[in-house]
Amino acid sequence: MTNQELAQVCKQVRRDIINMTANAGSGHPGGSLSAVELMTGVFFTQMRVDPKNPKWEDRDRFVLSKGHAAPCYYGVLAEKGFISRDEFQNFRQLHSILQGHPDAKKVPGVDASTGSLGQGVSIANGMAMGAKLLGKDTKVYVMCGDGECQEGQIWEAFMAAAHYKLDNLTVLIDWNGLQIDGSNDEVMSLGDFPAKLRAFGFDLHEVADGNDLEQVLAALNAPTVPGKPKCILAHTVKGKGVSFMENQAGWHGKAPNAEQREQALKELEG
Amino acid sequence: MSEKIATREAYGRALVELGAQNDKVVVLDADLAGATMTKYFKAACPDRFFDMGIAEADLVDTAAGLSTMGLIPFASTFAMFGAGRAYEQVRNSVAYPKFNVKLVMSHAGVSVGEDGGSHQCIEDLALMRAIPGMTVIVPADANETKAAVYAMAKYNGPVYMRTSRLASPVFEEAHPFEIGKATVLREGKDVAVFACGLMVSEALEAAKLLAADGIDAAVINVSTIKPIDAECVTKYALQCGKVVTVEEHSVIGGLGDAVSSVLMGKVACGFTKLGVQDEFGQSGKAADVLREYRLAADLIAEDIKKAL
Repeated sequence: MTNQELAQVCKQVRRDIINMTANAGSGHPGGSLSAVELMTGVFFTQMRVDPKNPKWEDRDRFVLSKGHAAPCYYGVLAEKGFISRDEFQNFRQLHSILQGHPDAKKVPGVDASTGSLGQGVSIANGMAMGAKLLGKDTKVYVMCGDGECQEGQIWEAFMAAAHYKLDNLTVLIDWNGLQIDGSNDEVMSLGDFPAKLRAFGFDLHEVADGNDLEQVLAALNAPTVPGKPKCILAHTVKGKGVSFMENQAGWHGKAPNAEQREQALKELEG
Repeated sequence: MSEKIATREAYGRALVELGAQNDKVVVLDADLAGATMTKYFKAACPDRFFDMGIAEADLVDTAAGLSTMGLIPFASTFAMFGAGRAYEQVRNSVAYPKFNVKLVMSHAGVSVGEDGGSHQCIEDLALMRAIPGMTVIVPADANETKAAVYAMAKYNGPVYMRTSRLASPVFEEAHPFEIGKATVLREGKDVAVFACGLMVSEALEAAKLLAADGIDAAVINVSTIKPIDAECVTKYALQCGKVVTVEEHSVIGGLGDAVSSVLMGKVACGFTKLGVQDEFGQSGKAADVLREYRLAADLIAEDIKKAL
């Protein structure tokens, strides 16, 4: 797939995020929009998966630790062909497979039920450890939020990833700098985040613009270091692509109304 | 019932046997392998043993991830931390997706002894029972522990099993173990005594004391708390008309409540819950602590008599 085609996928996923949350009248557009290039890059240029056989044993794995970015995930899964776009209208509705946060029992292509923050890296570690034990070349990807890294368990898991030398694991951090109550620094500063990640044993790739496909792909394609887990720490913009949502903590967990939806879709077309 | 073996010891030994037969079995611990007895598996199958360090939340979720690879993870630490601290990990990352994870937590109940109330988990059964789809097992002796380990490995889904620190009597007769089936260890017509874990042997001793006073007590080992054997519970409640439950757990949310839920609104009978009466445990020698909370045979017999 060319970068231009990937850009089209990203554009479609952004439209999906706006439509899904607007339809549902709830959901998390801000942290979904910031994650689009990272998730699209992983699913379309890295992962070995078969949408027709979502439980294929030798597939690569993806865990959305920041499970509130479900609208982005569902958009990407639909673009890959795991789920039908027709499901989108049921997002967050009774009896839908598209729960507010990803449910592994219900959605093809979802390997872990997530959304309760801080747990995804541990789950991904288990997958990566299992793959190694079974002699499989499975790659495991897990995406975290920045605010999520205030959870202590994240650091337990980072420690374990280095301890077990999980070089088949890539941790993607969507560093948009904002969380529900404000900026990371106002709420609970992450301090020298890159230094902490390096100190925990990661092969760290800091991406200056995590909403720039080329930069994201360069980091994803960078060779891995034997014996070290890889971490892509990507500076992103919360609400990316919709002017009135960009860099606004208030759009973490709020759906656009009809008027805002229209404006957002217009901007995304532009 | 002369020989005494702790259920944690039986668990550790059973894992080694199971691991030799089934290469999908992996074991995780949180720096307590020497206490939960997963150390035997660690020695036998080092490549399939993962110490996660003192990080129980990570322990449980790593097990969840391993299970998605088709492996059968057994994760162990103390009940206080496995069911307590990591409750939400168990709830959301293991039970909610219905992953095939076996949580076997030791040092449950007040028989932990000297470590004191902070380490005596008397709420684990309540916590685990409340989770939809969770199977909850409390084996009564070493043989049942081993049988339960095999049964849970065969069963596809999340299971919680509690083991004990204290060495306890091994029944002379090994009873078949089946998830969801209670075992009648002593027939009786005056009172049905439902017990689990260490309290089963105490209840049997209590029944002997009661027999000397002309009271004929049935003793039923309810080794699966969830799904509970409603048929057996109902039958013996009807047969005896009086029910007593005995557990080394808070009387809130454990065996007593599970049994009462079966009978409520269906069977009219006397009902008494023996266990830890909504208070924390404390340090002391295990036998002394058990007596303090009236969880020894003679005191159980006294309390059953009072209930009648």
